[in-house]
Amino acid sequence: MDREVGKDGKKTMAEQSRIRLKAAIPKGRIYKKAAALFREAGIPVPDDVDDTRKLLVTLEEAGIEVILAKPADVPTYVEYGAADIGVVGKDVLMEENRSVYELLDLGIARCRMSVIGLPDWKPAIHPRVATKYPNIASRYFRERGQQVEVIKLNGSIELAPLVGLADRIVDLVESGQTIRENGLVELERMFDITSRLIANRASYRMKSGFVDEVCDRLQAAIDRREARVP
Amino acid sequence: MFEKPRGVKDYLPDLAAKLRRIEWRVLETMARWGYRQIITPTLEYYDTVGLASSTANERLFKLLDNKGTTLVLRSEMTAPIARVVASLLKDEALPLRLSHHSNVFRAIEEEAGREWEFFQTGVELVGDGSPEADAEVIALMAECLKAAGVREFKIALGHIGVLSGLLEAALPERPDERQTLRECLLHRNYVGYRAALKGMDLAPGARADLERILRLRGGREACDDALSVVRDDASRAALGHLRDVWDALQVYGVGGHVSIDLTMVGNFSYYTGLIFEGYAAGLGFPLCSGGRYDNLLASFGRPAPATGFALETNRIVLVADDPPEDGRRMLVLYRKHRREEAILHAMALRREKDAAVETVFVPEGTEIGPEADGEGKWRFKGRRYDMVFRFDE
Repeated sequence: MDREVGKDGKKTMAEQSRIRLKAAIPKGRIYKKAAALFREAGIPVPDDVDDTRKLLVTLEEAGIEVILAKPADVPTYVEYGAADIGVVGKDVLMEENRSVYELLDLGIARCRMSVIGLPDWKPAIHPRVATKYPNIASRYFRERGQQVEVIKLNGSIELAPLVGLADRIVDLVESGQTIRENGLVELERMFDITSRLIANRASYRMKSGFVDEVCDRLQAAIDRREARVP
Repeated sequence: MFEKPRGVKDYLPDLAAKLRRIEWRVLETMARWGYRQIITPTLEYYDTVGLASSTANERLFKLLDNKGTTLVLRSEMTAPIARVVASLLKDEALPLRLSHHSNVFRAIEEEAGREWEFFQTGVELVGDGSPEADAEVIALMAECLKAAGVREFKIALGHIGVLSGLLEAALPERPDERQTLRECLLHRNYVGYRAALKGMDLAPGARADLERILRLRGGREACDDALSVVRDDASRAALGHLRDVWDALQVYGVGGHVSIDLTMVGNFSYYTGLIFEGYAAGLGFPLCSGGRYDNLLASFGRPAPATGFALETNRIVLVADDPPEDGRRMLVLYRKHRREEAILHAMALRREKDAAVETVFVPEGTEIGPEADGEGKWRFKGRRYDMVFRFDE
């Protein structure tokens, strides 16, 4: 994974020309699953990067540079064209509402967005909903004709109903273990979520051959997986 | 700091100069193709041009005039020009070739690379519905991008009629489902498009056709492939038109820059036929776009087919090679007792040389010193000059 690096730390021309595509992949929950799928598609994304401080990994043979980004920032890198393609959860995509191509459902990191509360929850006089996804939550309740105050939190959302900050929360549910451990229940399932392959609008045109190639390889890998699971 | 409203920006001398050079080159290219420039007002009536602009209501900047009538800051140039063509120019024979260059206003929140005020330079070709006219404006757009100094670019070409016909044939009398699919494509959501198709009750052949359209991209062969898929007359006519335009573009020599994409839906609701969008290497956003709007003129009372495009020069300036600066910068420094010689010399330089000449009065007792920068140029108060003339002895 050694890279040729010029004197000023920038990549040399020779290396720049070998990079055909820049792909933003989120560190954290999704990374290993995405990396495994990319490897099955013949794109050798390294298995483990969480223990390194690296932000960029160059895959010489595939001609791909991997940008290791915060999950919520992937659509931003892709919308501005700093990354040509990206892997991102549908939750982030819906929350960020960026102008990008949503090309493939990768079928990984499967979970759902739900409304969660205490088991004895009753409609409140002044309903409050705490969430990491204020746009998604606002839209969801607005479409159902419910007026709620949405409170944005950055993590440990389960705390909010326990300490009386909000009567309900909107959050991701994977196995449901976290909410059970905190004595909460799933009140409504909003929608299912998987990770998606997204592409920049200009890259989709300027590099259509490479984007299509990556898409086809990933689709073939997804099809092989689905064939294995009856 | 004196703040400005967010969404608008200042252009400092270097950027302003580059932007103006690009605009000038583009306008000159348009003039060479026979397009005459017109200027329309910044303010228009909301009820007429505002509504015809098909900019979403919440994106229009609205204000009231002294009689309480709602006005808008123009949000694009096509509708104002349609108004002029249908009124002031109603006796001029068609086709009309007009160019425009102005700032337009759209309130756009949290959309990257977008400002509330941006600069557009474009053309409208009114009164010619043929593929020849479509090819002409697309070829001109390519020439304008080259003139602006954009080296590597691609123009995506689509036709509203192909998709409409295909959807109409596959889902007759089911407008809601057609709209769902169209919305998915408008938001570039192919995953949602495929999922929606899966949930619809469709003939197996129709489903496969609608899925295949996502991959129908490329050159003339994309049209030929599509012709093998498409059976309805409306779509076939649209594809024939598209193929004609493609062939004409080869003649103009811009075929290498163009690729066909049948999933393009167009961002303006007034588009009726061929639509196109330009992208450059190194910029994530479209640089220019345009299309055919054959029904817009009718809403101003002069039905006529029309097509046109607009370049977003404030984006182009980010990727364009900077054309060499026009002329050189010269500096004339003088003390009071030699004022006449200095000013006459500066006037002569301005007449005779292709240069910008700045005169600076330096009071007695102040250091005059321009410094040589070691590269044959001069520095004075932090700015660079090609030549310095001193009148201080």
